[in-house]
Amino acid sequence: MSVPSTGQNSAEREVIIRSAEGLHMRPAMQFVDCANGYVSEVTVSKADQTVDGKSIMQMTMLAATAGTRLVIRARGRDAEEAVAALAQVLENGSGA
Amino acid sequence: MNLCDFMVGEAVVSSLEAQTRDESIRELVESLAACGRLEQAHVDEIVQLLIERENQGSTGIGKGIAVPHIKHSSVSEIVGTVGCSEVGIDFASLDDAPVYSVMLLISPPNNPDRHLEAMESLFAHLQRDLFRKFLRQADNRQAVIDLLAEADASTEESGL
Repeated sequence: MSVPSTGQNSAEREVIIRSAEGLHMRPAMQFVDCANGYVSEVTVSKADQTVDGKSIMQMTMLAATAGTRLVIRARGRDAEEAVAALAQVLENGSGA
Repeated sequence: MNLCDFMVGEAVVSSLEAQTRDESIRELVESLAACGRLEQAHVDEIVQLLIERENQGSTGIGKGIAVPHIKHSSVSEIVGTVGCSEVGIDFASLDDAPVYSVMLLISPPNNPDRHLEAMESLFAHLQRDLFRKFLRQADNRQAVIDLLAEADASTEESGL
C-alpha cells in the first residue's frame, strides 16, 4: 500500500455486466487470474463497495448481477495495461 | 440472504468418507437426495454435471475451501450443503492445498441473481479466518448447523 507517489500510474474504467448470468464464478476467476498477471494493485467497485480484484473470495462478494456497473481501478506501473485487459475480460468473459 | 435459507442442515456431512473430489461431490449430492431435497432420479446426472463443471475450472478457491456448483432445472429453490473432510481432498485448488470444507450448491437456472446472492453470502463468511477454522473443527452435524446459524445471526447484527 505504501507506494511512493512518484512514477506511479493509476487508471480506471467503468464496465457494465451484460451477461444475464451476471459475474459468476468462472468469469470472476478469469478476472482474478488476469489481475494477478500485473504488478499494479487492482480494485473493483460496485456503488460504495470496493474489493480486491486479485482475490476470488472478494470478487464473488460483489454479487454483480446483470446490468451492474463496476469500476475497475489499478495503481502501479502497469495500471493502464491492467485496466484495459481487465475491462476486456469482463466484457468478453461475462458474455457481453 | 441468510445461509440457512439455502443450506440444508440435515444434509450436512460432518465427516466425509470420500477421499477424492468426485466421491465427495457424489456423497453430498446423495445426502441432499436422502433428505428429499433432490430427486433420486437426478442424482447421477447432477453428479456428472458438477464433475464436468469442476473439470472446466476448479472451484477450489484456496484456503481449504471448494464450492462446486451448477444450475439444474429439477430444483425450484437453491439447495446447498457442506461436507467436512478430515484428511483433505485434492480439488486442484488455486493454491494447490487440500480442501477440508466442500460447499455444494444447486441452483435453479431461471434465477441467476439469486444464485449470485447465495454465493455472496457464502463468501462473506468464508472470507473470515475464524469461520473457516470453526468449520474445519466442527466434528458433528449439529456443530456445523450451529455455526451456519451463528454466522447468519452475526450478519443480521452487523446489518450487512
